[in-house]
Amino acid sequence: MTTAIRIENLSKRYLLGHQRKEKYVALRDVLMHQLRGVKQRVLHPLSQNREDIDIEEFWALKDINLEIKQGDRVGIIGHNGAGKSTLLKILSRIVEPTSGKITLKGRVSSLLEVGTGFHPELTGRENIYLNGAILGMRRNEIKRKFDEIVAFAEVEKFLDTPVKRYSSGMYVRLAFSVAAHLEPEILIVDEVLAVGDMAFQNKCVRKMGEFSTTGMTLLVVSHNIAVISRLCNRGIVLQSGYVNYEGSALDAASRYSEITSDRLQTHKDWPENAAPGDEVVRLLSIGIHSEPDNNRDVLDIRHPIIIEFTYKVYRTCSNLNPAFFLYNQDDIVVFISSGAHDTEWVNRQRQPGLYKSRCYIPGNFLAEGSFYIRAIINARDAWNAPVVHVDQKYAVGFKIYDALEGGSARGDHSGAYYGVVRPILEWSTTFNE
Amino acid sequence: MSTKQTIIQPGRTARGFLLELVEYRDLFFFLAWRDILVRYKQTVIGIAWSVLRPVLTMVVFVIVFGKIAKLPSDGAPYALLVFAAMLPWQFFANTVTESSNSLIANAQMVSKVYFPRIIIPTTAMVVSLVDFAIAFVLLLGLMLWYGVWPDVRFLILPLLLVLAMITSLGIGYLISALSVKYRDFRYVVPFMVQFGLYVSPVGFSSSVIPEQWRLVYSLNPMVGVIDGFRWAILGGDTLIYWPGFLLSIGIGIGLFLYGVRYFLRSERVFADVI
Repeated sequence: MTTAIRIENLSKRYLLGHQRKEKYVALRDVLMHQLRGVKQRVLHPLSQNREDIDIEEFWALKDINLEIKQGDRVGIIGHNGAGKSTLLKILSRIVEPTSGKITLKGRVSSLLEVGTGFHPELTGRENIYLNGAILGMRRNEIKRKFDEIVAFAEVEKFLDTPVKRYSSGMYVRLAFSVAAHLEPEILIVDEVLAVGDMAFQNKCVRKMGEFSTTGMTLLVVSHNIAVISRLCNRGIVLQSGYVNYEGSALDAASRYSEITSDRLQTHKDWPENAAPGDEVVRLLSIGIHSEPDNNRDVLDIRHPIIIEFTYKVYRTCSNLNPAFFLYNQDDIVVFISSGAHDTEWVNRQRQPGLYKSRCYIPGNFLAEGSFYIRAIINARDAWNAPVVHVDQKYAVGFKIYDALEGGSARGDHSGAYYGVVRPILEWSTTFNE
Repeated sequence: MSTKQTIIQPGRTARGFLLELVEYRDLFFFLAWRDILVRYKQTVIGIAWSVLRPVLTMVVFVIVFGKIAKLPSDGAPYALLVFAAMLPWQFFANTVTESSNSLIANAQMVSKVYFPRIIIPTTAMVVSLVDFAIAFVLLLGLMLWYGVWPDVRFLILPLLLVLAMITSLGIGYLISALSVKYRDFRYVVPFMVQFGLYVSPVGFSSSVIPEQWRLVYSLNPMVGVIDGFRWAILGGDTLIYWPGFLLSIGIGIGLFLYGVRYFLRSERVFADVI
């Protein structure tokens, strides 16, 4: 396989000076600045020039070396500010690198945004031509693919309507449809897939899948691991401008969740005076327990998980319940659960004092991945209106893994295994000859 | 499969610049087409606007300079004298105004897609060309009305238009690049254009300028363009002040080259600061 993209010692530096707050400057500020500088030099000819000190260097990318083979589908993952967008912009030639060299072989199209250059006053038809040209298509090429683009976007009826009258869904579909028909040899995509309704998103992913069978090299930037693992075969994790990891897409995805969950802990305690809450109730601690992995943040998929709330009630109240949202790494709420299901305590008055509430999540229920908990304590006030006393996002988190020892839904299958939850369900089959 | 190879390196933008312009000619065409479509779709009176502006300005100038100040018209009807100058001046003013603002107006595109940035201020000129064409038809009507028949000099008009183009583009490139960095240039441009209308010989013939000052006066490149237009349109015994005309041409070309150079130099940081 030949190399499609070769990146050598690529670095990008930004200078942050007094421009940190405003990206552009006004001429009058520059002139004033100059005048002040002159004044300073006249009054204190020996003092150092202070301007140099104000300027701060920031390396958005530092010494990136990558080689991407033709036909590879590469996902670039990283936090905000890790340098993903900068890398993409350099690859798309929008910004210039500070040093280093990139060699791209083949026709490159980059899609950092859908609908660039769309004009609200122009009709769908006019915008297809315009957007196609902006994305680098030739007039004949657009003409040839026109019907296909329109059919893909499902906007036939509104072709001669100004796009300002389009629904946002139609707008995005049309914009993406133009982009989907680019047929480049190297396609560079930002998180444009995050737009549009589910059905259309799936259509786009399928279309991209089609691309990849034509030998096109694909580069996707996202922090949606699900998209990366579905679209890509290779993954690169960027962290503060460096390549943190390079390998298979799934490995990179799990590496990324590792970095993400570094921020999370399975236990959190607060001193009473700083604990989240108010004069009614305070959350003193929250913790995750699971056998045999107690005190580890990596839990076995087969074992039940216990979420434990410790809270202090200061005022007698009724209907007070701890509750939580369980999020997975894609920020999807897997479920919510509330102490209102605690049959012993529901509707029972709570006297002031210390309480511990536990929620049991069965084993073989959550899928592999990272999870975190948003802890809530709510109650009803004197007028029976709900009141939230505690709301802690990212309170605690944990990761679930499957050791492939059997006893889980996965069994010994080591490949990709999809789903937000992974229960073992009962199956039955009848057979008639 | 093509074996097209792209190399991205710091400081490489200027090379192969002309080749790239050829490659992106379709984009130039479509952006110009978009600007024209939008211009005539958005404004309610559309084309009427392109007619009203030069005509009303001409009427005011004829009254103020011709009737009240009683300035000389070199033998031509004063309305025609003014209109022959309005034609290049409006074109110049529109191009400079539109192209200066064009990069900021298209910031979204600049920060999301690569293409030779110089296309953007250049397309702004195409819209002004349409206005110019409309005004030109008016001029023909006016000439018919006054019974002024064009002579051979009329054929030089395309060349003079090119001169107006490069002069206005040079300034447009310069200011559009500057205004990416210094946003307050948007306040400078309208003032500059308005100021220019009075210091350029639009409402009066440049023959009212004392002989010893004419060369200095021609430092304004639009003086040469406007004098050229009058000389070509009014025909007859209109005279042209050659040293000044050549100086204006030189300055126009110089501005263009400097504008292009400055634009290409600052182009590479546009996406960082826009």
